[in-house]
Amino acid sequence: MTERVEVRKTHKLFIGGAFPRSESGRTYEVTDSSGTFLANVAQASRKDARDAVLAARAGTTAWAKATAYNRGQVLYRIAEVMEGRRDQFIADIEQGEGVSSKKAAAQLDAAIDRWVWYAGWADKFAQVAGSSNPVAGPYFDFSLPEPTGVVAAVAPQQPSLIGLVSVIAPIIVTGNAVIVMPSPVHPIPAITLSECLATSDVPAGVVNILTGAPGEVMPWLASHADVNALDLTGIVDAGLAADLEREAAGTVKRVRGPKPDADWSATPTVSRMRAFVEVKTVWHPMGV
Amino acid sequence: MTFDYAPAPESRAVVDIAPHYGLFINGKFVEPRSGNYFKTINPASEEVLSEVSEAGQADVDAAVSAARKAFGKVWGPMEGRDRAKYLFRIARIIQERSRELAVLESLDNGKPIRESRDVDVPLAAAHFFYHAGWADKLAFAGFGDNPQSLGVAAQVIPWNFPLLMLAWKIAPALACGNTVVLKPAETTPLTALAFADICQQADLPPGVVNILTGAGETGRMLVEHPDVDKVAFTGSTEVGKAIQRAVAGTGKKLTLELGGKAANIIFDDAPIDEAIEGIVNGIYFNQGHVCCAGSRLLVQESIQADVLAALKRRLGTLRLGDPLDKNTDIGAINSRDQLTKIEELTESGEAEGAQRWSPACAIPEKGFWFPPTVFTNVTQAHRIAREEIFGPVLSVLTFRTPDEAVEKANNTPFGLSAGIWTEKGSRILWMANRVKAGVVWANTFNRFDPTSPFGGYKESGFGREGGIQGLGAYLAVEDPS
Amino acid sequence: MTSTALDYSNADLRALLLGLPGVDQIGAEGRVAMLGTRSIKTSSKVFALDLAITMVDLTTLEGMDTPGKVTALCAKAVHPDPTDPTCPSVAAVCVYGDLVGVARSAVGDRVHVAAVATAFPSGRATLPVKIMDTHDAVAAGADEIDMVIDRGAFLAGDYLKVYSEIVEIKQACGSAHLKVILETGELKTLDNVRRASWLAMLAGADFIKTSTGKVTPAATLPVTLVMLEAVRDFADSHGRRVGVKAAGGIRTAKDAIKYLVLVKETVGDAWLTPDLFRFGASTLLNDLLQQRQRMTTGHYSGPDYVTID
Repeated sequence: MTERVEVRKTHKLFIGGAFPRSESGRTYEVTDSSGTFLANVAQASRKDARDAVLAARAGTTAWAKATAYNRGQVLYRIAEVMEGRRDQFIADIEQGEGVSSKKAAAQLDAAIDRWVWYAGWADKFAQVAGSSNPVAGPYFDFSLPEPTGVVAAVAPQQPSLIGLVSVIAPIIVTGNAVIVMPSPVHPIPAITLSECLATSDVPAGVVNILTGAPGEVMPWLASHADVNALDLTGIVDAGLAADLEREAAGTVKRVRGPKPDADWSATPTVSRMRAFVEVKTVWHPMGV
Repeated sequence: MTFDYAPAPESRAVVDIAPHYGLFINGKFVEPRSGNYFKTINPASEEVLSEVSEAGQADVDAAVSAARKAFGKVWGPMEGRDRAKYLFRIARIIQERSRELAVLESLDNGKPIRESRDVDVPLAAAHFFYHAGWADKLAFAGFGDNPQSLGVAAQVIPWNFPLLMLAWKIAPALACGNTVVLKPAETTPLTALAFADICQQADLPPGVVNILTGAGETGRMLVEHPDVDKVAFTGSTEVGKAIQRAVAGTGKKLTLELGGKAANIIFDDAPIDEAIEGIVNGIYFNQGHVCCAGSRLLVQESIQADVLAALKRRLGTLRLGDPLDKNTDIGAINSRDQLTKIEELTESGEAEGAQRWSPACAIPEKGFWFPPTVFTNVTQAHRIAREEIFGPVLSVLTFRTPDEAVEKANNTPFGLSAGIWTEKGSRILWMANRVKAGVVWANTFNRFDPTSPFGGYKESGFGREGGIQGLGAYLAVEDPS
Repeated sequence: MTSTALDYSNADLRALLLGLPGVDQIGAEGRVAMLGTRSIKTSSKVFALDLAITMVDLTTLEGMDTPGKVTALCAKAVHPDPTDPTCPSVAAVCVYGDLVGVARSAVGDRVHVAAVATAFPSGRATLPVKIMDTHDAVAAGADEIDMVIDRGAFLAGDYLKVYSEIVEIKQACGSAHLKVILETGELKTLDNVRRASWLAMLAGADFIKTSTGKVTPAATLPVTLVMLEAVRDFADSHGRRVGVKAAGGIRTAKDAIKYLVLVKETVGDAWLTPDLFRFGASTLLNDLLQQRQRMTTGHYSGPDYVTID
């Protein structure tokens, strides 16, 4: 018996619910912590970013119309699907980050639990962030958070899964679509996540994952007129972050700055959700 | 003989304008280290009202340093309930000096006394009352159990609602425990300087509020100052973008309230008479110098002729003239520069083929004036349908179906406000849900209240002012991730 | 052109009235509040006070009215300020039908005589009685008839009944002018005020009038605004100018001037004539006179310097 020849993976991008190759045709090699080849990963280009924006715009348009109850169910379903792929996720984290399988499992647990946490927010956030405003006049006046639209995000380098989930979930739970760049060094958990998303109930275009170099792709997203906001959480290079913020000013994008020292094990606050909503206030007279 | 209104001027005797003002730094009026001064005029007569100081870098440094010191030593550590009492004091003094402030505002800005008296000044007082109450209740505002002040806030405000914009900026900043350096607009410094006097009258600790007069360069130095923690700007989208670029990478918390090109949407089942009032209030209030002005009238094509006829008849009753006359509806354009901009854009409207109409109205000889103007035959492609004119100029467009109304309303880089006029409740909510605008007025327009958050989508800026949501702009929230 | 009961079915009227644009109450109140800030001083105040006096329907509508009371009222109507011959007469005296003769002989043709008819103020009588009431008043010398509509029928949706009654009374009036009292305090909503205004104008009213004065609230600025908008729009679409009478609750010159501002800025100067705008009032006149004396003498007047009739 000869040893079986393994089927090596060449991972692709995740755009609009499909798995295209990079338009540029480029890939790069991802290795484990000891330098052993793990997989070929697509290296996104500016044209992939452009395609992702189109997909994300379509995604948020449909997703924002879904009921909050429905969005909560969809997020919860992601947690369910991830539970079914535990071994793969644990292996991805273990190999990529070079941590023990116990630590990898703990990170996966936290990531699944984070989906559940945010799933529960879907139909509560508007009650916490919205208000009825007692104006001094015969008007009914209320404020509600609405999704900002298309958010381009950079997930932290590490921890590769919980960091990614902690960036994506608060963006999409309120009805936004996200174009996220996962850790370029440890992108495999993001790819596994995209396979989960494709087989869950998340509508196409709501989450788009571009593997590759943020320094190359993000400037195109930061200057893209149809992107509404940037989440620079995972940007380590302060100069790049400042450049992206400057680019964002071209269309007055909302920017959440880098957070290199984030504690992903702590229970989040609502501030990530707040960062990517617009408060809309409606006035109406009360008369007969 | 007909029933005409005799002149009914509000008395100027209630204001005492000094011939010269210094900068308000650390609780005192001081001469500018820059040694530069500029004049502020009455736009209705071009009469020089006073000479004010132009703050330079050394003045900005001094003001920020005073604010920093006051934040660290006095205002930051002060109990919320005590900060509240100072804000209540300020609110009361604004009420007590309301007539003086209204006259001063109308003199310096050119807006009708009816508006400064009935809108600007009462709302400014209301903003201080509202935020005073928050100062010791911030833990209940939904920004965590222990929300912290940010530090020193640099605030730059426009000339269209000088005192009111000051209140929108200073009241929440102080309630949340920050100290401020505020720069009023170059053409309207006087009520901010009167406010400095009010701070003294209230015994507000020195350095908590600093007022620097000056032009764009002073504003730039202020927002770029390295010891500033928060930047809040209301003004043009162009300057807002420059500020966003300037603070990029500094970690300064930023809120921007910028331009707009609001759609005021009239359906065929609208309460027409009130809708006409809403159109008038939407675009001719404050000479159209309103970022959330309803400058694009989207009227359902089936009633266009009736609405235009009624609107034109109504515009014939507007009274343009002396801002201090209690019966004036349309005051002076704030500055020659602004008048030139309005003229340039309206000329482009004609050149691009839109039809221009204004009621017959006498224009005073001196000062800066522009008659209420309506453009018909306007398309989405015209500059007057896309660019903010910031003047009493309405562009009329039509739509056929609710979907088309939404599409046209949203077809702009701006997203500050919108108006919806229909007697059908479910249509209001359907529309309100779809228009991308931070404030939606249904069967009303241009209403403001300190409890009601205000701010835009898209290039109209970000962050909210007023309401519980507005506090978030001046608080640091403990946030592990 | 006279209207007849056969012009419309009830369904036609319902469709027409319910098809009128709605009135947003808060917006209408906001509009009158803004107009209430108009500052009318010096020469325009002098003009407005005299104009208001000429628009007054000086009214007494009490169970205790007597020929003596009416005669005194008539004297006052003709010479409101006996100390000042430049003071104009009022527009009309307004009395119950049985006192029309007394009033007419007292005023001659110097002012109009208006009679309330049609089972004023409730309107609860059969049509023949209402017609007879009208005939009586006209025969006794009334040249203006103030009728009440059947508010019950209006609120029950029987627009045709309201319409038909107005048509019949208009015919009974002959050459006398017909003022149709909507009793807006019982119609409650401004939408109803607009609908009732149109119903009355379509049926041939020469004037539409807010109130009997027996129901609170009587005339209000928002109600009058909506009625003025109705006559303005009716003139545009039907080419006929209908007058408006604000009656009840207007007691001060300051209030009256607010109404004149409302007229000026809603329908324009054309309506600023007693032919098209009236105040139904009793105590208002004395305040107008006191303010008039203040303007002519330069000092404040007192209640003992105007007559109490």
